[in-house]
Amino acid sequence: MTPKKKWYDYLWIVSLTYLILGFFNILFAWLGLLCFFIPLLIAIAKGNKAYCNKYCGRGQLFSLVGGRFRLSRKKDVPKWMKSKYFRYGFLVFFFAMFFLMLWNTWLVFSGAKNLRTAVTLLWTFKLPWHWAYHGTLFSAGVAQFAFGFYSVMLTSTILGFLTMALFKPRSWCVYCPMGTMTQLICKARNAATQQKK
Amino acid sequence: MAKRKAAVSIQECVACGCCMKVCPKNAISIPKGIHANIHRELCIGCGKCAKECPASIISMEVINE
Repeated sequence: MTPKKKWYDYLWIVSLTYLILGFFNILFAWLGLLCFFIPLLIAIAKGNKAYCNKYCGRGQLFSLVGGRFRLSRKKDVPKWMKSKYFRYGFLVFFFAMFFLMLWNTWLVFSGAKNLRTAVTLLWTFKLPWHWAYHGTLFSAGVAQFAFGFYSVMLTSTILGFLTMALFKPRSWCVYCPMGTMTQLICKARNAATQQKK
Repeated sequence: MAKRKAAVSIQECVACGCCMKVCPKNAISIPKGIHANIHRELCIGCGKCAKECPASIISMEVINE
């Protein structure tokens, strides 16, 4: 018996649409901030990982492609990948790269640097992406952030698909920085409530 | 016949919820966002969660009664 599908079991469509929209107009990349703030707000306010557990469209996309479409070897992830060192290390690295991206946005915003209409894959490869840029009503920094943020989203999706193919479909969840961070918040919150008792 | 029950390695659990989604008996919960809990009375030992777990940290324990 398969459990009855809920509305949130279709959020993978939203994740997929998000990735596609970035090919047409880069400014849609701003919507990706929802995937940052919703899990954090749920973890802080409710003290659980309901976002990962129910709503994460990316996780659903991986289980659909890797599970239903069988594009996964379904092997165990290597031991180091699930170690705390790697998970926390990846979180720190991801954030360092994120702040670097914010810094670049600031430089364009302040006029010290020109807008670069490129998407950086895996923090290294710069792909021309000018076709998705049709100008912005505001500062060029707004567009720079969109390019930077879309780079983050596309890079993590590619890594996710790679580990999906090599290991279990949702291997990304093991080292997903948002998942690691929300788990840390839940741990801290739980420790604080335990102390109060 | 010996019964099988799912057991989570709590220290390694990332609380992603994949196991919760596949459990046909709703025997798994992640109440505090830290690790999965298996409701032993509800678990029928089907092993779906162990197969789905991306970190492969759920094992099927044989219980002799």
